[in-house]
Amino acid sequence: MTISGFLSQLLQLAIALVLAPLLVGWVNKCRAWLANKTAPSILLPYRMIRKLFFKDAVVAENASSIFRLTPYIVFGAMCCAAAIVPSLATDLPFARAADAIALVGLFALARVFMALAAMDIGTSFGSLGARREMFVGFLAEPALLMVLFTASLISGSTSLPSIVDTIAHRDLAIYPSLAFAGVAFTMVSLAENARIPVDNPATHLELTMIHEAMLLEYSARHLALLEWASALKLFNYSCIGLALFFPFGIVVSGTDWLALLGAAPALIAKLLAGGFALALIETLSAKMRIFRAPEFLGTAFMLAVLAMLVNLLLGA
Amino acid sequence: MNLSPLGLIIAAIVAWLVIGTLGLTRPRHFAFITRVLFPAGSAVGLALAAVAFVALALPPQSTILPLGLPDLPFHLRLDALSAFFLLLLGSTGTAISLYSAGYFRSSEGTAPGLICFQYHAFLAAMALVMVADDAYLFMVAWETMALTSFFLVTTEHRIPEIRRAGFLYLLIAHVGAIAILLCFGTLQGGSGDYTFATMRTMHLTGAWPSAAFFLALFGFGAKAGLLPLHIWLPEAHPAAPSPVSALMSGVMLKTAIYGLLRVTFDLLSGQIWWWGVVALALGLATALFGVIFAAVQSDMKRLLAYSSIENIGIIVAGIGLTILFKSYGKTLLAAITLTAVLYHALNHAFFKSLLFLATGSVLHATHERSLGKLGGLIHRMPWVAWLALVGALACAGLPPLNGFVSEWLLLQAFLFTPSLPQSFVNMLVPVAAAALVLAVALSAYVMVKFFGVIFLGRPREANLAYAKDAGTFERVGLVWLAAGCVVLGLFPVTVITLLDPINTMLVGSSAIKGGSSSWLLLAPINADRSSYSPLIMLAVIVAIVLLTGQVVHRHYHGRVRRAPPWDCGFPAQTPRMQDTAEGFGQPIRQVFEPFFRMKRVLPSPFDAAPRYEVTAEDHFWHWFYVPIARGAEVLARLVGYIQQGRISVYLTYSFFTLLALLFLVR
Repeated sequence: MTISGFLSQLLQLAIALVLAPLLVGWVNKCRAWLANKTAPSILLPYRMIRKLFFKDAVVAENASSIFRLTPYIVFGAMCCAAAIVPSLATDLPFARAADAIALVGLFALARVFMALAAMDIGTSFGSLGARREMFVGFLAEPALLMVLFTASLISGSTSLPSIVDTIAHRDLAIYPSLAFAGVAFTMVSLAENARIPVDNPATHLELTMIHEAMLLEYSARHLALLEWASALKLFNYSCIGLALFFPFGIVVSGTDWLALLGAAPALIAKLLAGGFALALIETLSAKMRIFRAPEFLGTAFMLAVLAMLVNLLLGA
Repeated sequence: MNLSPLGLIIAAIVAWLVIGTLGLTRPRHFAFITRVLFPAGSAVGLALAAVAFVALALPPQSTILPLGLPDLPFHLRLDALSAFFLLLLGSTGTAISLYSAGYFRSSEGTAPGLICFQYHAFLAAMALVMVADDAYLFMVAWETMALTSFFLVTTEHRIPEIRRAGFLYLLIAHVGAIAILLCFGTLQGGSGDYTFATMRTMHLTGAWPSAAFFLALFGFGAKAGLLPLHIWLPEAHPAAPSPVSALMSGVMLKTAIYGLLRVTFDLLSGQIWWWGVVALALGLATALFGVIFAAVQSDMKRLLAYSSIENIGIIVAGIGLTILFKSYGKTLLAAITLTAVLYHALNHAFFKSLLFLATGSVLHATHERSLGKLGGLIHRMPWVAWLALVGALACAGLPPLNGFVSEWLLLQAFLFTPSLPQSFVNMLVPVAAAALVLAVALSAYVMVKFFGVIFLGRPREANLAYAKDAGTFERVGLVWLAAGCVVLGLFPVTVITLLDPINTMLVGSSAIKGGSSSWLLLAPINADRSSYSPLIMLAVIVAIVLLTGQVVHRHYHGRVRRAPPWDCGFPAQTPRMQDTAEGFGQPIRQVFEPFFRMKRVLPSPFDAAPRYEVTAEDHFWHWFYVPIARGAEVLARLVGYIQQGRISVYLTYSFFTLLALLFLVR
């Protein structure tokens, strides 16, 4: 690993950290527009995080250290994931240490700690949220893994940067299997990022919450870290989707600074479009009952398995 | 006896037997047994592990002991496969024995001296199974293992359910043993010589190899808990004292894996591809079944027992895949898969023993096995809780702990399958990979339930406030196992290098020689294809966590205020409002409803004391075991008709038999 490779890695991580809250702000703005409301500033998530950092943290009396450690662990796992997912360039030295399977493992690690922290206080909503989160997770995680497997069968590698490299820089070939995988991935991303139709990020009704129910007991800096981590998660999923299914503009070498400068507008344009699409999906669909979620995610899982079978049948 | 590794291992076995016998001499001397004998047994385990560790890389050696029946001496052999499983036995046995030194109390049903004897004879028998080199010694050791563990399971023999669980275990163990005996009978191929050396040279033809393989799969499957024969596991594990559950689940199930590997890859000269398909399908069905049932359990030890069934399923699925690769001549892939199998066996031994021992500590502190009456123990028992967390995360297959490494390797192996010549198998494999991934994802659900309900939240019962943390011996045992989980997770390349002689021996290829692994980076084929480095990953996460913590505390104030839980402003929270085990399992019960035989008791709206009850039972009882039991009863009744109990009737039988014989023999 060279110094410039290391710098490029740090740069991409920093870009992820900076852009993630902006992406959330953009999605919220689009949602407001589509609902014919006055849109909040795109910078609102930043102000929120800043405000939270300056507040006094309130922790429940019977909280254990798991509760206080979890925001840091979740944030660390999401940063680590951001270092593997190619956003600007596919030349990520750190990606050697963790491939696509390990990436899914990282997401699972974050999820398990979130659920444990939610159960730690012993409130009814916390354990409800934990149970539902694990419930959604156990269906979403295999579907995500099958999507990544389909892509890795095309490239013959489970390393995310090499997958993206193969898909982006081969002669324009059409992969029917990726069409199935793309639909499955979209469904999984909606569920994993607690978006409508599985969960509602803007809900104020405790009984329907999944992700928000787990955050109920958090405040101040802990909450800020968790909000930032979930923004990072959305950013990571967006980047995985964009890199797998719309890999245009991603450069190979991370040390060619001029090329990186060219890749940045492409990334931002794709994120803007992706964020708008997410807002559109959320506006057009209604939230499902929690027990419809298995059907939704089961469909995603089946589509992903189908994608893998199509890949094996057609070899593409 | 010389100082060869095999000699030392025999010495260790003898030492365990001596320790056990010493326990018999003073059966009620409690301090002597717990403070002297169990730690001594632990030291022997450590020595055994050390010898096995050295023997892994050494060429096979064998010896003949002039014991047993005349003309049937005991043949012993120590090769890489035996050494690996001995290492597994020794390294986990060390911790379990240390833990036992603090665990057994004088109030248990069987006298402590007797427990000590059974326990050490159990250990010795398992070690003997792994070095046996003829069918005779193997069966003697195998049966000793079954019997000693039966007596250990029924330690609390005054409780009828425990006697019933023990009986069930004994029954299935013997059905399995018969199949193993028949398997050896097939393997000797009419030569009349039951040493493994002869079996290796026999080249069975026709349907005989398949017969031998399926007899082995059935026989060892009964011990391991494969699908229709898993029924004893969730009964016997909760019945046994926790260290015994840990030994049974962590080590004894692995002796079955050892036997299956020994017969399939060593004693049989070739493998046929469809054996692999059957083993793969059976393994995955077992894994899914186990984990789904684990998710709905309310008894913490039953939950772990079902989780063991799941892990055994994963291991057997891996064996199936190895057979597939080997039969198509893809030895490198077979080596990678076999590595995953062995690695997972070792990982499972560590994390499952750890979890079972942790339940033992919880059980002693609270006298409660039901998840619905626990909770909040992380405050009362921090040592047990944090160490159990390591085990739970490892069991959930999360990086960077050990459970993840073996699952990573196995998934890599699945991704290589499209290179197989048979398109039918190629189609099957994505579905199989999907099933495996589903099982692994569900195990995370199970572990969150297990850890969250026992250790987190608020205590659900008042008496939990008096729970005490584990004692010193117990802590040392738990720390040892947790450290094992971490080390096995962080240094995969070192472990795989250790396992490599087994690959060379069984499938004729090395798993890592061709790849570009260094001690830091695991890359089975080459680094462009796939690579994983838990140490770097952990370092990055820890660095980010520390950095974030520093930044947060330096630039912002670090003030924390403690307050009652908010819970959306609802003041009247009671601990009973938390999710119970049943509540946590409810989504799984609903999604996988056809898997369970459900009975619901629903209260009517006018009930003064409403009672809601739901039981989720195993279909296999009613589809498989009950018909067999009924059939046996009907047969017994038919036989009863012949037995009239009057002498004249029996004389008539003899008369007709004589007539028939005269007619036939003439």
